[in-house]
Amino acid sequence: MLNIIVTILLFFSVFFFAVGTIGLIRLPDTYTRMHATTKGDTLGAGLGLLALALYNIDKPFVAAKLMIIIVFIWITNPTAAHVIAKAQYKKDFIEKTNRGQGE
Amino acid sequence: MDNIFIGTSIALMLLVFVCLYRAIIGPRAIDRVISINIIGTKALVIISLISLVFNETFFIDVAVVYALISFIMTIGVSKYIDTENID
Repeated sequence: MLNIIVTILLFFSVFFFAVGTIGLIRLPDTYTRMHATTKGDTLGAGLGLLALALYNIDKPFVAAKLMIIIVFIWITNPTAAHVIAKAQYKKDFIEKTNRGQGE
Repeated sequence: MDNIFIGTSIALMLLVFVCLYRAIIGPRAIDRVISINIIGTKALVIISLISLVFNETFFIDVAVVYALISFIMTIGVSKYIDTENID
């Protein structure tokens, strides 16, 4: 029973990773690429590590460390996306303002 | 159960190569940063899977440190792109 749950969770993990990667390849703009990859990869990593923690449920120390990684990823991945978007948006804004003054 | 873990690792590795394509052709520097961030997240899951395949639980600690390094790399490169004049 546990093996079936772990297999289903790993399948959905790979599915969401694949959705994020297809978005990274196919979408036309920097911000839309970030929109696809951040959400897809955060959910994919969460499901995959949750599957491994369920598989190691008889070794509580390993499961606790995997849960710590999940919490860390759920904090840091949106933060990294926020910082990347802020840097790019500031550059785009400065570029647009300079172009407006040049005309 | 080991076969499922190995198959998942191989699928994630193929997705890493697809991400590497965007890192190579990315028109701006920030696309490359996004792509490398995603590759870091995938490598984290691959390390955790490999630790179960080999029954070596100390690989989980390697995964924790890898998550920290990946996060700090992303923040540092984003700040560098923000302050320096790189397209």
